[in-house]
Amino acid sequence: MAVEHPVATPAGDQTRIHNIGYRTYDGPRLGRAYARRSLYSQSLRGAYGLGRSVKSKVLPMLLFVVMCVPAAIMVAVAVATKAKDLPLDYTRYAIVMQAVISLYIASQAPQSVSRDLRFKTVPLYFSRPIETADYVRAKYAALASALFILTAAPLLVLYVGALLAKLDFADQTKGFAQGLVSVALLSLLFAGIGLVIASVTPRRGFGIAAVIAVLTISYGAVSVLQGIAETQGSSEVIPWIGLFSPVTLIDGLQSAFLGATSAFPGAIGPTKGEGVVYVLCVLGLIAASYGLLMRRYRKVGL
Amino acid sequence: MYDPTVARLTYRALLGRRRALILGALPLLLIVISLAVRALAGADDQTASDVLGGFALATMVPIIGVIAGTGAIGPEIDDGSVVYLLSKPLKRPTIIFTKLIVAIAVTMVFSAVPTLIAGLILNGNGQQIAVAYTVAALVASIAYAALFLLLGTVSRHAVVFGLVYALVWEALFGSLVPGARTLSVQQWALAVAHKVAGGDLVTSDVGLTTATILLVAVTVLATWYAGQKLRSLTLAGEE
Repeated sequence: MAVEHPVATPAGDQTRIHNIGYRTYDGPRLGRAYARRSLYSQSLRGAYGLGRSVKSKVLPMLLFVVMCVPAAIMVAVAVATKAKDLPLDYTRYAIVMQAVISLYIASQAPQSVSRDLRFKTVPLYFSRPIETADYVRAKYAALASALFILTAAPLLVLYVGALLAKLDFADQTKGFAQGLVSVALLSLLFAGIGLVIASVTPRRGFGIAAVIAVLTISYGAVSVLQGIAETQGSSEVIPWIGLFSPVTLIDGLQSAFLGATSAFPGAIGPTKGEGVVYVLCVLGLIAASYGLLMRRYRKVGL
Repeated sequence: MYDPTVARLTYRALLGRRRALILGALPLLLIVISLAVRALAGADDQTASDVLGGFALATMVPIIGVIAGTGAIGPEIDDGSVVYLLSKPLKRPTIIFTKLIVAIAVTMVFSAVPTLIAGLILNGNGQQIAVAYTVAALVASIAYAALFLLLGTVSRHAVVFGLVYALVWEALFGSLVPGARTLSVQQWALAVAHKVAGGDLVTSDVGLTTATILLVAVTVLATWYAGQKLRSLTLAGEE
């Protein structure tokens, strides 16, 4: 127990601070941009489990392989049968493999942000010279890049395979470019939605369930409604229903502008006019998720 | 075998603020969809069967099962607070059994009840479709809850594996590989529903006898093994 003694200050006070030789840091200061780049690269590596335990490498790597294997098989088939065209369009690939993409985003978005919230490390980040915007941008960019790698790699496999099989160069390049634009938009959209949901909960498992529920339930609901609209012969409402789930948003956008055939029932894609609404919706959602993330982290940081 | 205190705590953990939100949002969506479909298409048996089979049983029940089943034990193991529960003078199989009952009850309430309501909205229980799918949802709830509770004790990534099973195995492989359908809770539940509805609107790839045996076997084995896992549980640190 510390007993407080009244400090009697004698005349001619002897207290003083000794200089015991601590030196100030005068090396280079790497600054905000460097911290942001580091956060970006660490998050991107983390999204594939690099630099983390073996157990956390399994799932992302497995999903990556599952994404690429069908592409390799298609190329093999196209080469063996000397087909004139690939069995699946570049733009269609991501739509067919959407379950894998959803699982990837659902498992990695909470990995990226939920643990920072749970172990309360977010304030530590903000004690460095980065600000809310830097954190959000780095995490968003990292997850979008990880998704882009996941979705663009099989397209690259298809493209290289198509060129090796001596398919028409101009045609394949055009398709490949259209596919890349579409998966880039898909990556931005999915990463945004995933991060917004994951950043709300510090529980990783719950974040995963919430992300997957939003992605698959909305898709399930939309396709059931579209199927019913098709059988009821009211096919003009099909494109409008498609606005309500992320996968069908991308599907509609690419069938309006990127020359894809729509996966909607009856292959009724949106017209150019409706396509504009799709583009606005996608861009609006991306901007909204960025805004929501900024809002969320403005509070968390303090 | 049933401990009221553990049950109360599990209910509280499962129906806590946000979890209850997502659990409540899914059934609400189903009911909204059925209202929209009824307004759009009118009462039609085939449509009702499509909505209930394609959305309620194929998507909603598994996801609620994953949330309730893994949520009953997963978070406690995850943050280590399960040691306080395990240090009480309760048999571990009792804990598992109690949590299973709670998970089943929650899954049933949030999946079977809305399925019945949606069925009534869609075609007013014409050809017993609403009842058939409700029975299917009830049966599936038991098997899913047991299965995902087991996953919760086995793995820290239980939610992911549960979703992989529910979405990739049942939905994707089930539609591509006919053999995969034999090993799917959804098809077993549909076999029971087929028996109830009697018509050919509700069909299953599995016979009723096989389905019943497999359902019981999976539920019992999963519960027993989850008890065993909990007996020898080691708490791992954060990865």
